[in-house]
Amino acid sequence: MAITVKIPTQLRAAAGGVAQTQASGETVGAVLESLFEQFGDLRDRITEDGDLRRFVNVYLDGEDIRFISGLETSVVDGAEMTILPAVAGG
Amino acid sequence: MALDALRCKECKTEYPLEALYVCERCFGPLEVVYSHDRIDDIDAARRRIMAGPQNIWRYAEFLPVASPPAPSLRASSRSGLPAGCTPLIRADRLAERLGLREVWVKNDAANPTHSFKDRVVAVAMARARELGFDVLACASTGNLANSVAANAAAAGLESYVFIPADLEEQKVLATGIYGTNLVKVNGNYDDVNRLCTELSGEYPWAFVNVNMRPYYAEGSKTLAYETAEQLGWKTPDRIVAPIASGSLFTKVARGFEEWLELGLIDGSIPTMNGAQAEGCSPVATAFAAGLDVCRPVKPNTIAKSLAIGNPADGPYALDLARQTGGSIDMVNDDEIRAGIRLLAETTGIFTETAGGTTAAVLAKLAQRKEIDPDECVVLYITGEGLKTLDAVRGSFESHQIEPSLAAFEATLPQSVRA
Repeated sequence: MAITVKIPTQLRAAAGGVAQTQASGETVGAVLESLFEQFGDLRDRITEDGDLRRFVNVYLDGEDIRFISGLETSVVDGAEMTILPAVAGG
Repeated sequence: MALDALRCKECKTEYPLEALYVCERCFGPLEVVYSHDRIDDIDAARRRIMAGPQNIWRYAEFLPVASPPAPSLRASSRSGLPAGCTPLIRADRLAERLGLREVWVKNDAANPTHSFKDRVVAVAMARARELGFDVLACASTGNLANSVAANAAAAGLESYVFIPADLEEQKVLATGIYGTNLVKVNGNYDDVNRLCTELSGEYPWAFVNVNMRPYYAEGSKTLAYETAEQLGWKTPDRIVAPIASGSLFTKVARGFEEWLELGLIDGSIPTMNGAQAEGCSPVATAFAAGLDVCRPVKPNTIAKSLAIGNPADGPYALDLARQTGGSIDMVNDDEIRAGIRLLAETTGIFTETAGGTTAAVLAKLAQRKEIDPDECVVLYITGEGLKTLDAVRGSFESHQIEPSLAAFEATLPQSVRA
């Protein structure tokens, strides 16, 4: 499963400066693991005790993964995953 | 007063006072930190505020702007629209209807674009200009769109306003007229917000509620400052306010807290009651379930200005309601319409659906006997009824007659006859 992961500006310094990268996995959680293998510094920024930090939002093809199955959400080849800060708007 | 830094609310990491809004280490929200000088002469400090302009800049020393509009520029449209100093009205007829004694309505529909958003935009725009931005932008449920478009027009800045495509026509028209770049997004507010969060990383624009959010949010504190000043330099016992993202709700309490710490006002932090619509109630639902985080929802309510399914400040709103002995309640669309009607019939104030939600929650709290009749209660009405006309269409009867005395007397309701 080749997935495109979009990195928010706030995390690019910890991701070698790239705006997006390729990762792989059967689920959102597995894709994140494959992302952390490339950029180890991202793990603690995005997760805490194995779960997403409370101010991190992850979208799969535009849909908030909390509306699907969270980290267990399965992904299909060619999907786009976007990581964004939750703190915006209002 | 000194502006010190931006600081993460979660891990306390500090950042410079730039267009940053999120902590790079933990993604927590950034907030402005001040170091206020101790106030020795309280009366002099109060007099200084009272001698200030009739808008939020009378509180400039408590706002995150290095150089607020100078006296010579206060009346210039280039300074933006004069927000704030809205009426605080003692609503005795409303109180009587609810079995209470002291209810005040803070009517923020009296702002230049008819909602409290003019307060937050004034602060965000002033800071954006200090930081050198020349394009203003926002993700909006409508009221913010009106305010950003109008303030940018007054100041002579370019603006981009992003709204959900299905917004009330009144709010769309009252935005486009100012000559903004109006972008209707196929999706709900949370989709718009996600898009703007992405865009803010790619375009060098001041998104007032994204990258300017720490400054923008501070503008809501002026609702607390004004209320306290209008009540005679004291806090009310209870606030009933709407919750969309939770930003206004938490910043109002912060405003009271700051002034209490400085000794500028008497009292204590009010009991904080939040109001949500049943069709978009992630914070009220989490409150009822005893949770400290909100599960996002897909909004379906007539209260579109409160239709944020993924509220950024939800966790803080929950903490605040619990710490102050308040609550976060929800009301359904019929109750919202009844709330609009209740406020209109008893105060002469016509509010939009968000205000109907807030008024309906006040009525609910009174009905549940949660409010001591002797409490001083302030109801925050944040927007104008003319912006959500569909909500009240068909809610009353009128009498159409021929222009004759006989026709009038034949139609006149029996009970009113001489």
